[in-house]
Amino acid sequence: MQRIGVFICWCGSNIAATVDVEKVAEVIKSEPGVVYAANYQYMCSENGQQLVKQAIKEHNLTGIVIGACSPRMHEATFRKAAEAAGLNPYMVEVANIREHCSWIHKDMEEATEKAVILVRTAIAKVKLNAPLMAGESPVVKRALVIGGGIAGIQAALDIADAGFEVDIVEKNATIGGRMAQIDKTFPTLDCSACILTPKMVDCAQHEKIDILSYSEVEDVKGFVGNFNVKIRRKARFVDETKCTGCKICMEKCPSKKGLNEFNMNLNTRPAIYIPFAQAIPNVAVIDPTQCIKMKTGKCGICQKFCGVGAIDYEQKDTFIERQYGAIVVATGFKPISVDNFNEYGYNDNKDVITSLELERLMNAAGPTNGVLLRPSDGEHPKVITFIQCVGSRDTSGCGKPYCSKICCMYTAKHAMLIREKYPDTEVHVFYIDVRTPGKNYDEFFRRAVEQYGVDYIKGMVGKVYNENGKLMVQGSNLIDNEQITIESDLVVLAAAIEPEPSVRKIATLLTASIDTNNFLTESHAKLRPVESPTAGVYLAGVCQGPKDIPETVSQASACAAKVIGLLVKDKLKTNPCVATPDETMCNGCSQCANVCPYGAITYVEKEFRLGGGKTEIRRVASVNPAVCQGCGACTVTCPSGAMDLKGFSSKQIMSEVEAICKM
Amino acid sequence: MQDVSTEKKEFTPNIVAFCCNWCSYAGADLAGSSRLTYPANVKIIRVPCSCRVNPMFVLKAFQRGADGVILCGCHPGDCHYVTGNYYTRRRMALLYSFLNYMGIEKERTRVEWVSAAEGARFASVMNDFVKQVTELGENKRLTDLRVKEGE
Ligand SMILES: Cc1cc2nc3c(=O)[nH]c(=O)nc-3n(C[C@H](O)[C@H](O)[C@H](O)COP(=O)(O)OP(=O)(O)OC[C@H]3O[C@@H](n4cnc5c(N)ncnc54)[C@H](O)[C@@H]3O)c2cc1C
Ligand code: SF4
Ligand code: SF4
Repeated sequence: MQRIGVFICWCGSNIAATVDVEKVAEVIKSEPGVVYAANYQYMCSENGQQLVKQAIKEHNLTGIVIGACSPRMHEATFRKAAEAAGLNPYMVEVANIREHCSWIHKDMEEATEKAVILVRTAIAKVKLNAPLMAGESPVVKRALVIGGGIAGIQAALDIADAGFEVDIVEKNATIGGRMAQIDKTFPTLDCSACILTPKMVDCAQHEKIDILSYSEVEDVKGFVGNFNVKIRRKARFVDETKCTGCKICMEKCPSKKGLNEFNMNLNTRPAIYIPFAQAIPNVAVIDPTQCIKMKTGKCGICQKFCGVGAIDYEQKDTFIERQYGAIVVATGFKPISVDNFNEYGYNDNKDVITSLELERLMNAAGPTNGVLLRPSDGEHPKVITFIQCVGSRDTSGCGKPYCSKICCMYTAKHAMLIREKYPDTEVHVFYIDVRTPGKNYDEFFRRAVEQYGVDYIKGMVGKVYNENGKLMVQGSNLIDNEQITIESDLVVLAAAIEPEPSVRKIATLLTASIDTNNFLTESHAKLRPVESPTAGVYLAGVCQGPKDIPETVSQASACAAKVIGLLVKDKLKTNPCVATPDETMCNGCSQCANVCPYGAITYVEKEFRLGGGKTEIRRVASVNPAVCQGCGACTVTCPSGAMDLKGFSSKQIMSEVEAICKM
Repeated sequence: MQDVSTEKKEFTPNIVAFCCNWCSYAGADLAGSSRLTYPANVKIIRVPCSCRVNPMFVLKAFQRGADGVILCGCHPGDCHYVTGNYYTRRRMALLYSFLNYMGIEKERTRVEWVSAAEGARFASVMNDFVKQVTELGENKRLTDLRVKEGE
């Protein structure tokens, strides 16, 4: 015999002002199965919970219904209270009579009537609830960080400092990311390498950190606390354990025409190379598309000169599999291609460059050793024009609809650095708006205008064209309301940034969601900004949205805190509301496994008794409760009605429907 | 109690709304905490994902005298369970056109995407749906086939 207890909350006046709570409790008392009904001012309070516990014990309740605020608020509270009184926590249902009733209706009679129906519906459901036990799954005390930019580096260091093992999987030959390419950083103008490379070295030297460079994530299985990840270690044709980074191979390699990606293709590098002087790991890699030995079989010079025998032309990709408790995605960004913006003439004029190319041209370790020279003729540019918002805030479909956030600041930085180093240079900046919120940011921008005399022009550029070797920048000046043309020697495009394209694959592997612009989405924009909706997956850096270094580092440390909070636990409670097949009805058709987004369903051979001493072996579905997330997709897909969901069973939902429709 | 048969009461439809836990149910909560009103005849059943809604549930509702059934889920691409709402979309398109063929007007059935942030949208969808179903009047089509209590 069911013994149901019902508790109606006033929520101060939040519910009681529009719902006659006493009447609800009174009416409900006579519902079949209900042996106890009470109302109280604040059910969630210490006293309210005490009331629940007492009633469970005194009346031997087998199930309880709380008519209160949304179950999203306090379901967990009441489950805990029930458990403390010896009732299975899943024998609790919450009727939402606040958000779904008292707060949206004005008429007391109407609201009271609806509250009764909502409570009845919850009673109908709770009568069919079954005690459920949350399972436990162990937590693997190791974290994976995907992407070794400043975000990944910071997250890895913080997690490792707390004593946990961390692997950084970086697709490039070195960690460092975009920050390694930047010359100086706003708002303080300190040299990027000087603040980044010590952190890279810390990673390399940290006993808890394993850097898997030139590697990519191939496959991810499992779930929070227990991810099983397959990693491809791409062949670099150099034995990482032997190479000492002496660079003799780079010197001797006769094939020197490969484009230097690190320098934004502004110069070339040998077929065997180390991306930059402070690379971590400081190990060479061979570009097979440029290597003569690999293309023709002849050469082998590097092997001859390598003193430690590190060169291995036969090296193949290898795969490793590792287990992790948590995963941080920090795959960063790339500037968009400006090829589509014909008006700026990027493809036709060598002296139209992007901001990241400018960073390399100003960097002491860059192709011009830090002397700002025009790519076309190696002359000093005397007039430089910057164009902001190239492809940002662009709803035409050509660019990106969002603001890239960092361009206003780095353009001010570029303008200032140039005026500082070459005071005779004239610098113009076309902008739509200048957006520089942030600590010391607006001051930084104003310095560019007031102290460094940078000419800011509010307006858009219509066209950049070449006239007798000069770049003519034609645009509008909205303040003076006139069309202007600036004869320039160098034009710099502040191109929008977009998520690194491989993030799509990563998101699919992790079942993490991405938005229409391919940025990874956080679980809650305000309250869970570093967690992905997939449990155990965290987001750091620009892969989640445009941001600068200070913001990236803060987010990475926040991620690390979340990861540490997870990894200190030995075990995680799993959601018991999972799918289960009725094996006698299952015909092994595989439909359910096809729709399960988590791969929770496998098939097993089982022996069934047919009667008359006969048995039969049949293939039936089997759900891994630790992997199942309880969506219920399989339950509806199952053609034989064998699959059901605990906590949201077909019978439970049907009885709710009936309770609502019974007029 | 007054005699209902003599006093012709204004028709208020009974509406069952299935809402997924992650988006639409939270959207309904937000409508509540923003104090946005919609008629009291909408009653919500919480399901983990819109794809948990078996066509049987919808049929049952109409059979038991519901005048309208609405399914709400996360926007396509935003499903908490990645792909659930795509199944819902296809499945319900089929079911609703079948119901329409059976004489349950397609205006009585709906699928809507409401995110956790769209409290206002939740309220306006409900207001609109209630208005639409009210105009159609009572649903009698499937109640004739009603299974007797206790069967
Ligand atoms: C021109 C320019 C100037 C800038 N100047 C400044 C400045 O002065 N001050 C400032 O604060 N900010 C500046 N920024 C912004 C700064 O570059 C970013 O905030 C920062 O680099 C973000 O770091 P991240 O780690 O998120 O991404 P990234 O630096 O992009 O690092 C991502 C890393 O992940 C790796 N990766 C990507 N996909 C995968 C994959 N699938 N598997 C494995 N690894 C992967 C990449 O190879 C890379 O190493 C500037 C940006 C630009 C474009
Ligand atoms: S073998 Fe390839 S990488 Fe080595 S020196 Fe020759 S071309 Fe360069
Ligand atoms: S309920 Fe969802 S997650 Fe669980 S087995 Fe079924 S389809 Fe997979």
